[in-house]
Amino acid sequence: MRSLRTPLGRVRGLGSAKEGVGHWWGQRLSGLALVPLTLWFVISVIGLIGADYATFSAWLGTPGNATMMLLLVFVVFYHAQLGLQVVIEDYVHNEGAKMASLIAIKFATVALGVFCAVSILKLVAFGG
Amino acid sequence: MAEFALPANSRVQQGKTHKAPAGAKNVRVFKIYRYDPDTGANPRLDTYEIDLDDCGPMVLDALIKIKNEIDSTLTFRRSCREGICGSCAMNIDGTNTLACLKPIEDVKEDVKIYPLPHMPVVKDLVPDLTVPYAQLASIKPYMQTQTPPPPDRERLQSPEERAKLDGLWECILCFCCQTSCPSYWWNGDRYLGPAILLQAARWIHDSRDENTGERLDALEDPFRLYRCHTIMNCTKTCPKGLNPAKAIGSIKEKMIERR
Repeated sequence: MRSLRTPLGRVRGLGSAKEGVGHWWGQRLSGLALVPLTLWFVISVIGLIGADYATFSAWLGTPGNATMMLLLVFVVFYHAQLGLQVVIEDYVHNEGAKMASLIAIKFATVALGVFCAVSILKLVAFGG
Repeated sequence: MAEFALPANSRVQQGKTHKAPAGAKNVRVFKIYRYDPDTGANPRLDTYEIDLDDCGPMVLDALIKIKNEIDSTLTFRRSCREGICGSCAMNIDGTNTLACLKPIEDVKEDVKIYPLPHMPVVKDLVPDLTVPYAQLASIKPYMQTQTPPPPDRERLQSPEERAKLDGLWECILCFCCQTSCPSYWWNGDRYLGPAILLQAARWIHDSRDENTGERLDALEDPFRLYRCHTIMNCTKTCPKGLNPAKAIGSIKEKMIERR
């Protein structure tokens, strides 16, 4: 559409959304939290190389390990959702496609996160 | 989607070659982007062979020599030829910089010159900077106060307060950083870009300005400010050695501080 709107009018657009700090801070905080959580996860997985299912269940069944695993799952999907949102906002410029993919990402990360949490809790509660 | 390839009518084609005069010993090849909107033809890359023994040391000297002696149709902006006006910003040897501050001898092989990236081209090396200028106006780059000016003197500032503006006031608005930023390429209509955000920081950190909160309000937006992903192209390319990425970081700090 040809527009005769002034450049300043276009740039000022719909104004400031008055948000974005929470998103940015959440991404930084979750990134920071992922440093120890990921280290713990990698070291634990290496420690469990060759372990059978019973050993793994017993390991995850301790409150400390179960807590760390739940935290890891929560933070990973939270961080992934924030990060993917930024990628989509950067590159997808069709408003319809943008909204659809943002909604898909929110639903998918929450669903996957809940699925992981239920799996962990089931194993912890019932021993697998 | 963001466009990663040039549209068909913007693809650069092979242009004309202007040979060096016979007997020239110290010849350098300049390949320069040419686009004339009046012809309707695609842009082309013209080749100019320049005798450096008969030319000043900077890229701008070569451009002026070409315009004066070889091809008067070559169009570019220039004014001060000493790195303070910001007119001759262009992409030289793959990096945005000022032609007047870029020594020819710093470029190995052929000297390739294009206009600032991802801006509409008016002609040859002249980009259309309407949008960045409107964005600059939108952040109100002047002092805003509630207190009336003192009747007998200027508004005062301590040396320490003044020092906070170092690294910000030196910006000459050449838009080398602005047009080097991928976030600005993809979302230049909504993201303010490094040059404008550095100007915003210059007023946010000015102790005499009394509208800091309103300035932060206007920037608090997922696109206007938070499209900056600290890619750092801005800082790498700045011909004045400034650090727009750090200035943007300082605005983000203020956003956290006031929560």
